[in-house]
Amino acid sequence: MPTPALEIRDLKKTYASGTVALKGVSLTVPVGDFFALLGPNGAGKTTIIGIVTSLVNKTSGTVKVFGHDIDKEFEKAKTYIGLVGQEINFNPFEKPLDIVVNQGGYYGIPRKEALPRAKQLLTDLGLGEKMREQAMALSGGMKRRLMIARALIHEPRFLILDEPTAGVDVELRRSMWDYLRGITAQGVTILLTTHYLEEAEQLAKHVAIINKGQIVGAGTMSEILAMHDEEKAKKHAYRGGKLEEVFLQLTSEPEKSSV
Amino acid sequence: MRPYQLWISFYTMLRKDIVRMFRIWVQTFLPSVITSVLYFTIFGTVLGSRIGEMQGVDYMTFVVPGLVMLAIVTTSYANTSFMFFASKFFARSVDEILVSPTPPWLLVGGFAAGGVVRGVLVGALVLIVSVFFTGLSLSIHNVLVIFGFAILTALVFALAGLVNGIYAKSIDGINIVPTFILTPLVYLGGIFYSVHNLPDWWQAITYANPLFYLVNGFRYGFLGITDIPLSVSLAVLLGMTALLATVNWYFIRTGLGLRQ
Repeated sequence: MPTPALEIRDLKKTYASGTVALKGVSLTVPVGDFFALLGPNGAGKTTIIGIVTSLVNKTSGTVKVFGHDIDKEFEKAKTYIGLVGQEINFNPFEKPLDIVVNQGGYYGIPRKEALPRAKQLLTDLGLGEKMREQAMALSGGMKRRLMIARALIHEPRFLILDEPTAGVDVELRRSMWDYLRGITAQGVTILLTTHYLEEAEQLAKHVAIINKGQIVGAGTMSEILAMHDEEKAKKHAYRGGKLEEVFLQLTSEPEKSSV
Repeated sequence: MRPYQLWISFYTMLRKDIVRMFRIWVQTFLPSVITSVLYFTIFGTVLGSRIGEMQGVDYMTFVVPGLVMLAIVTTSYANTSFMFFASKFFARSVDEILVSPTPPWLLVGGFAAGGVVRGVLVGALVLIVSVFFTGLSLSIHNVLVIFGFAILTALVFALAGLVNGIYAKSIDGINIVPTFILTPLVYLGGIFYSVHNLPDWWQAITYANPLFYLVNGFRYGFLGITDIPLSVSLAVLLGMTALLATVNWYFIRTGLGLRQ
């Protein structure tokens, strides 16, 4: 069996406040996959991403990125990961070009190599004309795209996107989908969290649904969609897409099913 | 990361900080120069002329090394404490480095280097200003000691500022230490007086002040006079550097004050 891009085993996290965020999550993301991690607010998605990217300390469990343990080989594991976080987290006084080039520097990429790469990424993401303006002048959608460019500067093999299209209009969202599809076509593994379930349905090969710190459903997209229960869906006042109804079915009945 | 990649990462952190400090030079360089002009005017010209000599040298000449050191200490400390705190608290841009393979010791080195550069540059500016007040009469006893103490002192206080920046949980947290700890230590560290002019009990307290050793070593570089042996000053400086570097490394490595 080939080494997965991400392997999480029995991951637990209890915050200092006493909040139990993860109750023993196990997850495998195969290489080359487009994997959607779905769940309601506070389910534990961002905590998982925080632990994988070493921004949050875990309580117990193991995490391996391309076979490299994040505790024992953290430098090696980090070289594989590109992160687009949920919050806008760059210095707004800097220029987009500097933000992306500097990020390359933290991965050991010299400026002369990072500069053309950064310009290309920013141009591809529609920020070519804005690359030398202050980042604070960018619109919300542009800031999101800047974060994608920043995450890709070191050509990661594993891209983690934590709600990358939050607050982005439909047209831009779809262009971002195309861009992400292009990246996966080049062999980059993607882990995506989103509240837009149609986005996951369009893009993901595999899905895991997390609720209250536990995985309540996981499998291929078709396996997850096959869990759809028409009778239960009818009980809801509003009808949505198939994935949305499976999502509601699983998250309103935690600790029930797993494929 | 390979050594060349480590160098690139370090260079990126340092370059970014230097670009920032020159972009906002009115905030980063000018205040210390203006403050030093006031000190030289009040303590040197106005009061100094009445004091006469201190340890056998003109009071204005005596006070210059201390004022340069004061500028280095406060500036290097403020640079790292604020830089790190701002990148952690306001935009959370410190995550850019934390998610990268840059090892914790290099992150400490990169931030501290920015503090050293700003501290030494501001110290040099204050020294240039002093020339106008001393009329080029400032002697130089040992250039190596001057540079060594300037850089090591900037490093110590850049590292101290970084501890503060990492651990501070609010903007008050980075103001409390400079106001209630650093400023008293600086003013009671022998910048404006010789320890031999103090009563015995005050001398004993002064010996417990780390700033006293730094100011004395630096003053020795200019004037060749010191209250304590140079080797003791150097030992205190190196000991503080090692201790603070280790504390910073531990904080970053474990995520104390940084990661939940």
